[in-house]
This record gives sequence, structure tokens and C-alpha cells, in this order.
Amino acid sequence: MNWFRDYLLPRGGATHAGDVDGLFMFIIYLTIFFFFFNGALIFYAVKRWRRRSDREVTPHITHDTRLELIWSFIPLVVVMLVFFWGFKGYVRAWVAPNDSIEIVATGKKWVWQFEYPDGTRTLNDLHVPVNKPVKLVLHSEDVIHSFYVPGFRLKRDAIPGRYTELWFTATEPGVQQVFCAEYCGKGHSDMLARIFVDTPEQYETFLREGDEQVRKMPLKDLGQLVYENKGCATCHSLDGTRGQGPSWKGIWGKVHTGTDGKQYTVDANYIRQSILQPQAVVVQGFEPIMPTFQGLLREREISGLIEFIKSQE
Amino acid sequence: MSEAITHNGIGHAAHHADYLEDPKGLWSWLTTLDHKRIGLMYLWSVLTFFLAGGIFALLIRLELLTPKQTIMTAEQYNRVFTLHGTIMVFLVIIPAIPAALGNFVLPLLLGAKDVAFPRLNLASLYVYWTGALMALSTLLLGGVDTGWTFYTPYSTTTGGGVTMMVLAAFTLGFSSIFTGVNFITTIHKLRAPGMGWFEMPLFCWGMYSTALIQVLATPVLGITLLLLVMERVLGVGIFDPQLGGDPVLFQHFFWFYSHPAVYIMILPGMAVISEIIPTFSKKTIFGYKAIAFSSVAIALLGFLVWAHHMFVAGMSLFAGAIFSFLTFFIAIPSAIKVFNWIATMWRGSISLEAPMLYAMAFLLIFTIGGLTGLFLAALSTDVHLHDTYFVVSHFHYVMAGTSLFALLAGIHYWWPKMFGRMYSNKLAPLACALVFIGFNATFLPQFVLGSRGMPRRYYNYLPQFQDLHVASTVGSWILAAGLFLAAAYLLASFRGPKNAPANPWGGRTLEWETTSPPTTHNFEGQPVLQHGPYDYRANPAPVGVHEHSH
Repeated sequence: MNWFRDYLLPRGGATHAGDVDGLFMFIIYLTIFFFFFNGALIFYAVKRWRRRSDREVTPHITHDTRLELIWSFIPLVVVMLVFFWGFKGYVRAWVAPNDSIEIVATGKKWVWQFEYPDGTRTLNDLHVPVNKPVKLVLHSEDVIHSFYVPGFRLKRDAIPGRYTELWFTATEPGVQQVFCAEYCGKGHSDMLARIFVDTPEQYETFLREGDEQVRKMPLKDLGQLVYENKGCATCHSLDGTRGQGPSWKGIWGKVHTGTDGKQYTVDANYIRQSILQPQAVVVQGFEPIMPTFQGLLREREISGLIEFIKSQE
Repeated sequence: MSEAITHNGIGHAAHHADYLEDPKGLWSWLTTLDHKRIGLMYLWSVLTFFLAGGIFALLIRLELLTPKQTIMTAEQYNRVFTLHGTIMVFLVIIPAIPAALGNFVLPLLLGAKDVAFPRLNLASLYVYWTGALMALSTLLLGGVDTGWTFYTPYSTTTGGGVTMMVLAAFTLGFSSIFTGVNFITTIHKLRAPGMGWFEMPLFCWGMYSTALIQVLATPVLGITLLLLVMERVLGVGIFDPQLGGDPVLFQHFFWFYSHPAVYIMILPGMAVISEIIPTFSKKTIFGYKAIAFSSVAIALLGFLVWAHHMFVAGMSLFAGAIFSFLTFFIAIPSAIKVFNWIATMWRGSISLEAPMLYAMAFLLIFTIGGLTGLFLAALSTDVHLHDTYFVVSHFHYVMAGTSLFALLAGIHYWWPKMFGRMYSNKLAPLACALVFIGFNATFLPQFVLGSRGMPRRYYNYLPQFQDLHVASTVGSWILAAGLFLAAAYLLASFRGPKNAPANPWGGRTLEWETTSPPTTHNFEGQPVLQHGPYDYRANPAPVGVHEHSH
């Protein structure tokens, strides 16, 4: 009867989908059985005892305790079985293993944003490695949304003002559809996302180079994204305001005096060094407080920042 | 009672006109205290709103014929499904059987002259009309796009007439409470001499259970909706996290009413079926006490299961387990009722007239609706199915389908009593078949849509879901055709003579012992109970035995 299951349910793509499907099919057969059972009893009664004359006399049967106990007890046993089966599956899908990759998923009208442990961010496309447990920490920036992956048989509300969790281990590489399942207004039905279940190599590539969206982005735009998302903006202004570090306004080509008294021209190599070894040269009048971004930025992101700084006139 | 005696004194001399004609005039209807007239005015109001809500349903189905825009924009779609839900829940299903049929039948079944508080009864109708006008006025205030559940913080932050709609639901709640208080008192105080609690027709037990929920749960909805209005209008932070509130708290409050309210919708339907099956099987009801107590059990258990609507809303594991466990117990009294009804038919003398056909359709619809509830009560399957079309289909089976078939069964059963006229028995089976096929064609595909992952309240959908949506939309047309046919032959009966017998079906309950239609005071004198409600032992009454001439 696998064809029947495959007709009713999308292909299962996570470790616990099989258990949910088993219970689903059990209740389906139960439903079909009792529907035809009741239908047959009604049909038989009508066929057998259809009124033929208005003078017919019927037996006066008020109740039958034994029969009534039987038809109370059988449903009780069946529903308790279904309860424990469903409970078991729910518990198993409750607590994420300790070695899960933790990804923060934020819902807002009408997009899903994902943030990975290394600070990478993606919009509407979630990359996860196959066969590794992944934990999503969900929250919302506006109204309630719900993160629903039919292929994983998983769903959890994303709620403003609190965190909820969801975890899964994807079992086969490919793409899984994500829906928003809690009504959130005009764009509710367009609040779609995709989960890319990557092979370990694909996932490595993703972490190293970003997803396709980032890989195709022009360098200057990528630089701006890094500026906004990786903390540059905290200390370096774009409008000339003095912050914890020099403003980037018109900084390209300027000559700085370092704390060592030497002169440095702001060019590509200077910027690269300042990002990777910030203590090597500190501009006079500033504290040596910038942390190193060695290993935190991709090569292309550094090039992006250089292009972005070049454009700040 | 003194009035009854006075009435009795002159009653034998002059033959009284029926309640439809005595007195005449629109004003006499608008100021009537007669439970039958109030019931009828409720019935026509409910049917009018059913037509409106049904048209919105057809528009929704038409929009979903194609994956992208078909006939309306996303904003219009959101407003239409909100109106469909709000109208059908608050203006149609909740009052349909209790306030319309119940008002008409309950005092007759008890052998009473009227309900305990006739003025409160009329007030409930006016409150209902006021609430209905308020709900419709939202159309002029920019519409409402929250869905009938008003989930926060969406409902506290979106524009349009949400405040008015919420106040409308608040107002309608009072109409429901008035009816509930009235029915509880009527059942306690106005039963005919000789009628103990277990000689009451089972319809009364169903109404009693319903009234308990109406009186105990509706105030919670009222409070919740007022808090929502306070947040929207005054900016008091109760549910919106921006203001320091908790949006999930709203869901707890809302479902604390709205889950029991589901039983306000189904228990009256069960009550109607418990009358019809013995009459058309000409056999006493099987397991009277089991059916009576299972109604009360469903009403009480209904208060303990609300959070099964929230298994994916971030509740604790323990709370989820408790609410799932308790929810399964609802299945037992539900199963008991179904088996008792079938056992009543067993060895009976079954006559397949229109009310019985609709009642049998009810049994099958309720079987599907009830069993598909198991998927949603079970935790792991609910996580997958929650907020998908599976849920949409399930609650249409248990709330809409059962209410619809029970209402149709009840209308066909008591139509001759209400209007003194018989309808065409030839067209009834065809209409019943169309409604049954149409209903299943509309909603069976939605189960599959849901299990395949189609979320609810979606304006656009992925092309892979289109086939099933088309099937569902075509089903809605068959359903509409069946309902129009039923409306046509029922209304056509007004062209015929007022010649329905007092007891056209051979029923054994008290409403069949008075004329069709009854006089204003229901009975000539105070009826005294001679036999149980479904006692067919002594001299089974042949059809038309109590016929009165008019």
C-alpha cells in the first residue's frame, strides 16, 4: 500500500518522518474501516428492516449494558494506542541533540531570514548538511508566523517576543519546500522559503563562499552587506562622524599617521592588513581596540569591503 | 399557570387560530413573546446569513480555481474568508439549531406554553440582530482581514473594522447567553407533569448541554474580546509583545471559549438526530441514558481540551501531552452516540422519508468528521497537519457538515409542525443526495490537500495543488445546487394548502399531540405525560391519527 501513502503524503525527508507517516496511515485505515463499518450497518438495517406497513410493531429494546460497554471499551483502547503513538513521536521531535548546528530563523512580513553560527545570513534559502542534526531557533519580528516543512512533517510557530525551537536531521540531499502556516496578512501565501539539503561538500562550499545569491552579488554590494551585518558600522561611520574608528567617508587614498609616527596611504593592501591584523597600524588619536577578522570574512567579502570603501567619497 | 387555566376555560368553546395568524401584522411579530414566532424569526435570519456566508464560500472556492489571481486580489480574498468564517460561526451555526429550532420545539417537547423568560427570549433576538448589523457594518469600515480567530498581534495591528467586528462578536455572545439561561431554566421548571429528567425527549438533553456551554464559556469570549478592543483602542498591552503583552495568551483565552463553542455547534445537531431516528425507525431509542449523559460528558470535557489548537505554538511538552490525552476522551461519548443511533435502527421499522435521509447523511458525515479528529488529537500527526487544509476539511465535517445536515433534517422534520404544510417528498431525496455528494466532493479533496502540505488561508498556491482545488470547487457547485433545490421545494410548499396532519411521522413526543401549526399557547390545556418519549409499545400511532381539521 505504499502507493496510497505516497499519494497522501509528500516524500519524507527527515529522520522522524517515517514514524509520523506510520501513525498517519494507521489512523487512515482506522477511519476508512469505521466509515465503511458504520455505512454497512446503516445500509443493512435499512435493507433488512425497511417499513412495509404502518402497522408494524417493533421490539422495545431500551439498552444492552454488555454491548454498550463493549462499544465504549474498544474505542477507548484504540484512542489510547493512538495517543501514545502520537506522544512518542512528539517527544522524539522535541529535544535537539547537543551536537546540532544551531541556526536562527527570523520571520517577518513576508520573508524568512536565516543566520548561521559563523555569522552568514541568507534570505528565504536555508542550507543544511545532510544527515546532521540541525536546530532552528525561531522568532518573529512582527506578527506570528509558522515555519512549516511538509517533507519533514515539522511545523513550529515563530512568535514575537519569545523563542521557539525546531530540529531535524535531513536524510537525503535535495530541496524542501517551506511554507508560512500561520496567517500573517496580504503576503502570507507568498512567504515561501526553501531548504537546500546539501552534501557535506556542497555545505562546505556554501559556508566558504556563501549561497548563490551572495556569490553573484557585485563586489560593492557585497561590501555594503558585510559593512552592515558584520559589525563594521558600529565603529566606522559613512558620513564623517567620528566613531571608535576613523570614518570611511572619503578615506580612500588619504594619508594616515600611525601611532608609530609613520605615514600610511589608504589603499587595498592597507585595508586588507587593517582587517586581518588591525593592531599592525593604528591611526593616531584612536585606541587599538579593533578585533581581527582573520577567518571570519571570506576572501571575496574582503574584496567587497575594499570596493565599498573605495566608493565612499 | 393561571393564564393557562383561563385559556383552558374558553379554549374548548372557540377553535383558536394558529400562532402564525393570531394576531396578524408585522408589529405583532416584532413585539411577540411567543417562542414559536421568535424561533421562526431566528430561522429566517439564520437562513439569510447562511445564504450570505454561502455566497462568500462560493467566491473563495472560485478564487482558488487557479493558483494565482482568479477573480479577486489578495486583500479582498482575506476579507472574504474572514466574513465567511465570522458569519457562519457567529451568525449561522451557533444560533441555528438552539435559537431557531430549539426555540420553536423545546417548549413543545416539554409540554410547556412558552420558555421560562419570554421577554429575555425576544431580547436575545434583538441583540442578535444588533450584533449582525454591527458585523455587516464592517464592510463599510474597510473590511476585516484577521480571520474569524482574531489572532494577536495581527488583529491588534492591522487596519479596517476589526474593533467593530470584535464588538459584534461580543454582542452576539450575549444573545447566546440569553438563550442558554432561558433554556436551562425552562428545562428545570417547565416540564409537563409526569415528565422526570429521564422522560424528557433527548433533544432537551442536547439543548441543556449546549446551554451549559453557552452560559459558562461565552463570558470568557466576551472578556477576551473586550481585552482585544482595549489593546486596539487604548493601547493597553495585554497580547501585543510590543506593548509588553503575550500573543499566545490570546490563543488560550480564545480557545477556552471557542473549543467548547464547537460543541455548541455539534450537540444541537446530535439532539435533532436523537429525535428523528426513533421516529422513523418506529422504535424506542437505544441507550437513552447513554446518549443523554454522553451529551453532558461532551459538554464538560469540551472545557478541558482547548489547547489542542496550540500544539505548535510553543507550549510545553507536558501541556501538549495533557491536552492531547484529554482530547481523545471526547471520542468515547461521540462513538457511543453513533452506535446507539445505529442500534436504534436495528430491528426497527425504517421509513426513508426526507428527515431520515438527512439524518442518515448526518451519521456518515459525523463518522468522517469524528475519525479525522484523531489525526489532530495525536501530537505527532497534528504537527504536520496543523493549519493545513486537513484541519479546514475536518472542522467543516464536524461543524459545518453535521450542523447543515442536522439543520436540514430538523427543518424537514418540524416543517409541517411549523407551517402546517407538507413539502414535495419527491424532490427531497434528490436534494439530499446532491448536498451529500457536493459536500464530500468539496471537502474530501481538502483532506488530501492538507496531508500533502497545503497550508490554509492561502491566496496563491503552488501549481501541484491545483487538481484537488478544482475538484473541491466543482464540489461546492454541486453542494450549492442541492441546497437551492431544497430551498425551492420547501418554499414551494407555501403555495399548497395548510393541511399537514398533527402527527405526520407518527412521533411519540408531545409536539405531535397538538395541531399543525400549534395555537399560540401550544396546547389545549396542560398536557400530561402518558408514556415515555419514544415508547412505541402501546398502540403504535398510525400516520395522521391526531389529524385536526383547519
